[in-house]
Amino acid sequence: MPLLDVRNLTVEFKTADGQFRAVDGVDVQVDVGDVLAIVGESGSGKSVSMLAVMGLLPWTATVTADAIVFDGLDLTTATAAQRRSIIGRDVSMIFQEPMSSLNPCFTVGFQIREALKTHLSLTRSQRQSRAIELLEQVGLPEPVRRLKAFPHQLSGGMSQRVMIAMAIACKPKLLIADEPTTALDVTIQAQILELLLELQTSTGMALVLITHDMGVVAETAQRVSVQYAGQKVEEQSVGTLFADAHHPYTHALLSALPERANSRRLPSIPGVVPGQFDRPAGCLFSPRCSFADERCETVQPTASASSLGHARCHYPLSKGVPLARAELQS
Amino acid sequence: MLGFILRRLGTFIPTFIGVSIVSFLFIRLLPGDPILLMAGERGMSDARYAELMTQFGFDRPLLVQYWDYLTGILRGDLGLSFKTKLPVWDEFFALFPATLELSLCAIVFAVLIGIPAGIVAAVNRGKWPDQALMSTALVGFSMPIFWWALLLIILFSGMLGWTPVSGRISLMFFFPTDTGFMLIDSFRSGQAGAFASAVEHLILPTIVLGTIPLAVIARQTRSAMLEVLSEDYVRTARAKGLSPFRVNGLHALRNALIPVITVIGLSVGTLMAGAILTETIFSWPGIGKWMVEGISSRDYTAVQGGLLMIAVIVMVVNLIVDVLYGFINPKIRQ
Repeated sequence: MPLLDVRNLTVEFKTADGQFRAVDGVDVQVDVGDVLAIVGESGSGKSVSMLAVMGLLPWTATVTADAIVFDGLDLTTATAAQRRSIIGRDVSMIFQEPMSSLNPCFTVGFQIREALKTHLSLTRSQRQSRAIELLEQVGLPEPVRRLKAFPHQLSGGMSQRVMIAMAIACKPKLLIADEPTTALDVTIQAQILELLLELQTSTGMALVLITHDMGVVAETAQRVSVQYAGQKVEEQSVGTLFADAHHPYTHALLSALPERANSRRLPSIPGVVPGQFDRPAGCLFSPRCSFADERCETVQPTASASSLGHARCHYPLSKGVPLARAELQS
Repeated sequence: MLGFILRRLGTFIPTFIGVSIVSFLFIRLLPGDPILLMAGERGMSDARYAELMTQFGFDRPLLVQYWDYLTGILRGDLGLSFKTKLPVWDEFFALFPATLELSLCAIVFAVLIGIPAGIVAAVNRGKWPDQALMSTALVGFSMPIFWWALLLIILFSGMLGWTPVSGRISLMFFFPTDTGFMLIDSFRSGQAGAFASAVEHLILPTIVLGTIPLAVIARQTRSAMLEVLSEDYVRTARAKGLSPFRVNGLHALRNALIPVITVIGLSVGTLMAGAILTETIFSWPGIGKWMVEGISSRDYTAVQGGLLMIAVIVMVVNLIVDVLYGFINPKIRQ
C-alpha cells in the first residue's frame, strides 16, 4: 500500500466569474522512500494538488476526491484535529518563497521549537538541543546564534534551510517541497536540492518535489508525474521518461531543454496554458499540440496503458512519433 | 531606540506650541466675558470692571497675554483658575485620576472585546459572524455618545435598577482617596461593599466611553487580520499542524497588531473627547466635567490648561505606541 494515495482529486476555486477548476481528476501515489517529481508549467495545478493534500488551501477552494489516504488515514473523512496531528509531523511541506514563509515576528528558534512542541513530548532543553541538531543537519553554521535570529536577518538560502529544518523536525515520512529553489540564486538552488536529496537518503523519507525545471527532475527524482492545466498527462520513472516521452506535452517540454535541443533556435511550446474561459472541449493540450487532429479537439482523451506512461492522449508518442490508432488496438 | 525617542520628543516642541496657541485662542474666541460672568446678575460698576480687567491682565494686548501664558507653562505654572483661585495644575491632577481610571477601564473594555471580535470576523469573513459583528460595530461607531448613555441609563438604571445613575461610589462610603483611583482606594479601605460599589458605578460609563473605540478596534483588527491571513507564514503555521487558535491568535495576530495599536493610540484622543460628554452625563468628577464647567464660566486658565494637558497626554501615548511597534515586529526596530 502506498504511503500517500490520492485518487481522482479535483480542486475548484470560487472566483468572481464562477468556478475555476485548478486540479481535474489527478491521481498521485507515493511509496515509502519514493522521490516523485511533479512537473508542469505555472498554472498546471501542481502546487494546488499538494496544498489540497495538506489541507492548506484558502477558503475559496472546494476539494473533492475519491480518496486521499495518507499512511492508512483517509484525510477526506478525518476530523480537523486528526488531520492536524499528522500535518507537520508525518507529512510536512516547504514552500516557494522561504523569506515570506517564516513569521517575521518570531525568532528562528521559536518557530523550530514550536514545531517540536506541537507534536512531540520533549522537555524545553530537549527541544533546544534538537533545534540545534536540526540546524546543523541542514548545514547552517553557528546554530546557537542562528536560533536567536529573526527571519529578516537571514538570506533566502538560509531561510529555506530553516524551513527545511522545521519541516523535518518531527522526522516526517513524507516531505513535500513546493518549488523550493525557484526564489533562490542559481548557486544556492543546487545546494538546497542536494540537501533535500541527502536528507531523503539519510532519513528514508519520501519526497515529493514540485518543480517546473526538467533539469531538476533529471537530477533528483525516481518517478515523474507531468501535469498540464490541472490534469495529470503522463507518469513514468525518470529514466524512461527522458528516453521516451509518450505525451506530446512531455515530449515538447523535453525538446525545449537547452542541452537536448539540436536546432539553431531553442524549440518552445507556442501559446499558454488554457485559463478559466478558454478550456478546449477535447484534449486540453490540443491547441498547442503539433500532432493534434480533429478528434483531439472534440473528444477528451483518457489515460493510456502504463507501458505508455499513462499518457492522457489519443495518439501517444513512441520515440517521438505518434502511434496510429490501429497500432494501439493491436 | 533612545535616539528615536529623543527625536520624537523634539517634534513635540512645535506641536506643543501649536496646541498652546490654539487652546489659548479657542476659549477667548467664545463670546462672553469672564469678568461679567463673575459679577453675576447684579452687574458691576464700570470702575470696578476696569479694575478687575487690569487685575486679571485682560486689558493688555493678546500677544503679551500669550507670552505670559507660554513662559508660565515652561515654568510648570498653568496659572490660577478664575473661578476657584486655585492653581490649574493642582485642580487638573486632583481630578485626572478619575478620568484616567474611567479611560483605562474603557480602553481595556474596548481592547478585550474589540480584538477578539475582529479576529472572529476575519476568520469567518463573509459568513454570518462576520456580518453580525461588523454591522454591530458600525452601529456602535455611529451611535452618538450622549444618546447611547441615556438609553443605557434608562434601561439598566431606570427600568432594571441594576446600576447606579451617577457618581463614582455610593454616598454611604467614606474613606481617604490617597491614589485618586476609586477602585484602588475602595479596595484599600477594606469597607464591605465599597469595592463592589465602585465597580457598579464604573460599568455604564465604561461601556459608553468604550463603545466607539471598541467599534474602531474591531474593524481595524478585522481588516489587518484579513491582510495577514493570506500571508505565506500563516500557511507555514498551519502546515505545522498548529491549532486554529494558535495560528490566528499568535502567528497572524502578532503581525496584525501594528495597525491595531495605532488606532488604540489614536483613540486616546477620542476617549478624552468622549470623557467630556460621558463625565457630564454620569456626573463623573473628572477633567471632562471640570472643563465643561470651565467653558460655561469662561474660566480661561482652566480650559486652556486642561486642553494643553490633554494634548500632551495624547502625544505621549502615541509616542509609546511608536516605541511598541519595534517590540511587536522586530523588523521595524532596524
